[in-house]
Amino acid sequence: MITSVLVANRGEIARRVFRTCRSLGLGCVAVYADADADAPHVAEADAAVRLPGNTPGETYLRAEKIVEAARAAGADAVHPGYGFLSENAEFARAVTAAGLTWIGPPAEAIESMGSKIESKKLMADAGVPVLAELDPDAVTEADLPVLVKASAGGGGRGMRVVRSLADLPTELEAARTEAASAFGDPTVFCERYLATGRHIEVQVMADTHGTVWAVGERECSIQRRHQKVVEEAPSPLVERVDGMRERLFDAAGKAASAIGYVGAGTVEFLADEQGEFFFLEMNTRLQVEHPVTELTTGLDLVALQLDVADGGKLGATSPATHGHAIEVRLYAEDPAQDWRPSSGVLHRFAIPGVDVEFALGGSRGLRLDSGVRAGSVVGVFYDPMLAKVIAWAPTRPEAARRLAAALAGAELHGLTTNRDLLVRVLRHEAFLAGNTDTSFFDKHGLSTLAQPLADKDTERLSALAAALADAAAEREQARVLGRLPSGWRNVVSQPQVRTYGDHEIKYLLTRGGLTADGFDDVSLVDSSPNRVVLDVAGVRRTFAVASYADTVCVDSPLGPVTLTRTPRFTDPAAQVAPGSLLAPMPGTVIRVGATQGERVTEGQPILWLEAMKMEHKIVAPVTGVVSELPVAAGDQVEVGTVLAVVTPEEIPS
Amino acid sequence: MTVLGTGVDARTDDFAGNRESMLAKLAELDAEHAKAIAGGGEKYTARHHKRGKLLARERVELLLDRDSPFLELSTLAAWGTDFAVGGSMVTGIGVIEGTECLVIASDPTVKGGAVNPYGLRKGFRAAQIAAENRLPTVNLVESGGADLPTQKDIFIPGGRTFRDITRASAAKVPTVALVFGNSTAGGAYLPGMSDYVVMVKERAKVFLGGPPLVKMATGEESDDESLGGAEMHARTSGLADFLALDEQDAIRIGRSIVKRLNWRKHGPAPEPDYAEPVHDPEDLLGIVPSDLKIPFDPHEVIARVVDGSDFDEFKPLYGSSLVTGWARVHGYPVGILANAQGVLFSEESQKAAQFIQLANQIDTPLLFLHNTTGYMVGKDYEQGGIIKHGAMMVNAVSNSKVPHISILMGASYGAGHYGMCGRAYDPRFLFAWPSAKSAVMGPQQLAGVLSIVARQSAASKGRPYDEEFDKNMRAMVEGQIEAQSVPMFLSGMLYDDGIIDPRDTRTVAGMSLSAIHSGPVQGAEGFGVFRM
Repeated sequence: MITSVLVANRGEIARRVFRTCRSLGLGCVAVYADADADAPHVAEADAAVRLPGNTPGETYLRAEKIVEAARAAGADAVHPGYGFLSENAEFARAVTAAGLTWIGPPAEAIESMGSKIESKKLMADAGVPVLAELDPDAVTEADLPVLVKASAGGGGRGMRVVRSLADLPTELEAARTEAASAFGDPTVFCERYLATGRHIEVQVMADTHGTVWAVGERECSIQRRHQKVVEEAPSPLVERVDGMRERLFDAAGKAASAIGYVGAGTVEFLADEQGEFFFLEMNTRLQVEHPVTELTTGLDLVALQLDVADGGKLGATSPATHGHAIEVRLYAEDPAQDWRPSSGVLHRFAIPGVDVEFALGGSRGLRLDSGVRAGSVVGVFYDPMLAKVIAWAPTRPEAARRLAAALAGAELHGLTTNRDLLVRVLRHEAFLAGNTDTSFFDKHGLSTLAQPLADKDTERLSALAAALADAAAEREQARVLGRLPSGWRNVVSQPQVRTYGDHEIKYLLTRGGLTADGFDDVSLVDSSPNRVVLDVAGVRRTFAVASYADTVCVDSPLGPVTLTRTPRFTDPAAQVAPGSLLAPMPGTVIRVGATQGERVTEGQPILWLEAMKMEHKIVAPVTGVVSELPVAAGDQVEVGTVLAVVTPEEIPS
Repeated sequence: MTVLGTGVDARTDDFAGNRESMLAKLAELDAEHAKAIAGGGEKYTARHHKRGKLLARERVELLLDRDSPFLELSTLAAWGTDFAVGGSMVTGIGVIEGTECLVIASDPTVKGGAVNPYGLRKGFRAAQIAAENRLPTVNLVESGGADLPTQKDIFIPGGRTFRDITRASAAKVPTVALVFGNSTAGGAYLPGMSDYVVMVKERAKVFLGGPPLVKMATGEESDDESLGGAEMHARTSGLADFLALDEQDAIRIGRSIVKRLNWRKHGPAPEPDYAEPVHDPEDLLGIVPSDLKIPFDPHEVIARVVDGSDFDEFKPLYGSSLVTGWARVHGYPVGILANAQGVLFSEESQKAAQFIQLANQIDTPLLFLHNTTGYMVGKDYEQGGIIKHGAMMVNAVSNSKVPHISILMGASYGAGHYGMCGRAYDPRFLFAWPSAKSAVMGPQQLAGVLSIVARQSAASKGRPYDEEFDKNMRAMVEGQIEAQSVPMFLSGMLYDDGIIDPRDTRTVAGMSLSAIHSGPVQGAEGFGVFRM
């Protein structure tokens, strides 16, 4: 019998597994990298073991350290979560060899599915429909576009779409590098790229006694860079196409049986609108999106994993599904800026109306699985997913409405997130009609979908609210004359001015109330440092205002607005030279492509920065000369560090 | 604790009429203030802005803590004269980095900020306020020096400006000069005397003699920058302690200088928790009759000025034409003397003298609310010793050491103006409502007196009295006295520190009291209270 479980993972999945362990009376052991020392998953565990270092290679990918940790902390079972070592057969073997219980499929099953090349052959033999694999060196014009994939990959990493043969060699190289760094195996392969399609997957659960359940399908078609963003159960496509569910479940069952699968796994398919589908891969672990299955079936998949690992028996059939569940992944990233990850302190994290966190079987409504809390630091070393928010409702439109409202009302301060995009997707006509496919963002325009929920008017009103809240704060903190009227003048010559980015707010508070330039129909009802009530053309609007250094977050039912307070004075010593290229985020300089004194043309890359596992090109903003280049390859840089200065070329007159 | 009630009925025609009349006066006041704000007018303002420079009031606003109150002083200096309203200068009390400071800014749009006789007096008054109330001074300098055509009125008394700066320093009250432009000849001693000096790069120009004068004096060829540029003063002469890149930078540096003064006020701190008045200050507009001959109850004013409308009256049954008592304004304890029926009799005078002594016993500042036509005249009163008794009151006011604040609400005539701490008795602050009037006596009385004297003179010489002449003379005198009694005229003469909206009385008194408490608050010593 398992008594204590080490979770070889971090963030929300570690917390998710602990939640079930607690309910079963099992001990919880965490491991943590240095950057995660204060993370919630560590705080919640009964015991935690440090994995010195920060990069995954130093920490969560160190199988022997984790096995040692389990021994040291007295754990007798290891749950790998997802990602990291969850699909590493060697790790599964090491765990078992150490006399610990492995909560996952047998190493052999992982291996057979681990190689995408091998697994496709296996599946074809078992009668599961597959897309033919292409030899990277034999790709022809006719095969284009092709998808380059890491054989050992998952989660979208190392995947690249190639549309021209000329690009193939560089993309292959890049994919190999990424695959080697992420998974320790540089093997990649190609397959025909289906530009659009529906990503349908089947959750399977198998015990050691020969029972294989196809628990239910999920649709995860809305993806960014091959990473899922919105996931749901059941699939709108499967619901629409007669008999598709039976065929899917049959194929999934065949796949699991073919490799003697045990535990929780997912068989992924790419389907077309007519319901034809091809095997993509099988994930031999719990999936990020498992909550939608839990909410529609009432199962606790982690509890089932533990039970199966302990030799337990599944019932004859899996439970029926009820209603509809939709999950979104809330990322600290900016969809409008090429999904640029955002790092730093998450000052506030509040989602209204959450019914339950890490729900156990049977709970419904709004569920939150988060790996962060207010004050968490989102670093550059790991995936920038903050949380998963999942809504269950009797019908799909109700679930979408509930989820969109919760996200729209969430207070997320300190980091840029994809929240606005998620809300726009959930409220999109095409989404509500069930017309989701993998090209959703391309089809409906990312630039439109990523638009802020708050429109220009809301932004202006929010800036006004920020100014009035700041004024109230200033009065509250005043050392003298704090209770005299705000900004009082016996001779009024000009308004008070506060600037937030593009918004210059000019306001006067007099006996007659508020007068603000450009806000003729707005009057002030009440203001305090964190709450401002305005009357806008006869309608009362309440704005919650929170300040973090120069960042001001204004939340209202009109939409969230983040403003940057323009300092009243700038110290000339703190000003940066024009033409300076600043690090957009913390990271490592991986390559420098120019030298000091070199003439560069606008758009020419000057250096490459690696942050959050992605390469960011830093390009010359203008044509000119690289006058300063204070960094070198290998340097760690903080956000705002001057990377280079390009002095614009004098235009000969 | 006694919370005052009110007898004000805002629905009466009298109230509405009073209010309307006061609002009209306030509108006139706004129009005059606008002239001061306009400075040298559109053309010079535009030229100044075009040079990338801030206006005097823009500099002041940027210097002050945001959203903090600012009490501008002597705004209407030079009103009614040939000089521009405002005296080419802005002065006031404001908060910089949590420190109440006296701020002086020359207005370069008015004749290049040149100092005229009214600006000079305005500067003196500001320096006096800084000295009496222990306020650090920040000088925002951009002035072409003396307005030369008026040099006879400026040169000799003007030396006091520099004397005041250095005496402030000797009293450990810091002075800061931010030099934005010209500060030459005598003006060079402004930064020269200040404790801290900031100069704006390529803008500040500080020298005793410019290139032409130097050429004339010694034959030396030179230029502005080498004689008095900011860089030169920062790197070579050492006159500038800080070199600012631009105006906003100079103000930033000025603020940081004040921050590092680590200023501590010497007066007792106000009570932190206090209530606003129970009665609406808005009513103050309707309380003062437009005809000053009609008295009004000062309790109604006190109830709209003091904390929680809470006023404990002293000697309420004696000398009831003068109300005396204790209250708090924005947490600061004050003793209040307010005229009730206009006239001061012997009883009122003695009551006032006693009350002023009591305030000195307990180190409590005094607030004088003026509405007096003066001391009572007539045989009975003279024989009853009105001069002696009035003298007691004037004596007490003169030798009282606690800070005084005077507010002219209505009439402030004759020796009553003195006894109630008029300008000559050095109240720390003196403000007037638009309804105020001050003169040796009322215009009609004065004209009447002149008429009686002239009639008697004619009679004694046996000449007939020209009634037509008398009528014209009286009208002319009445008109002249009326014109010279109005607050704008008195403000123009620097006889008050400003005309305020009655509704702002509490705020103005609060700011004044807070400024006063920058220094120690201590009453006179040496005698006990004389019971009279």
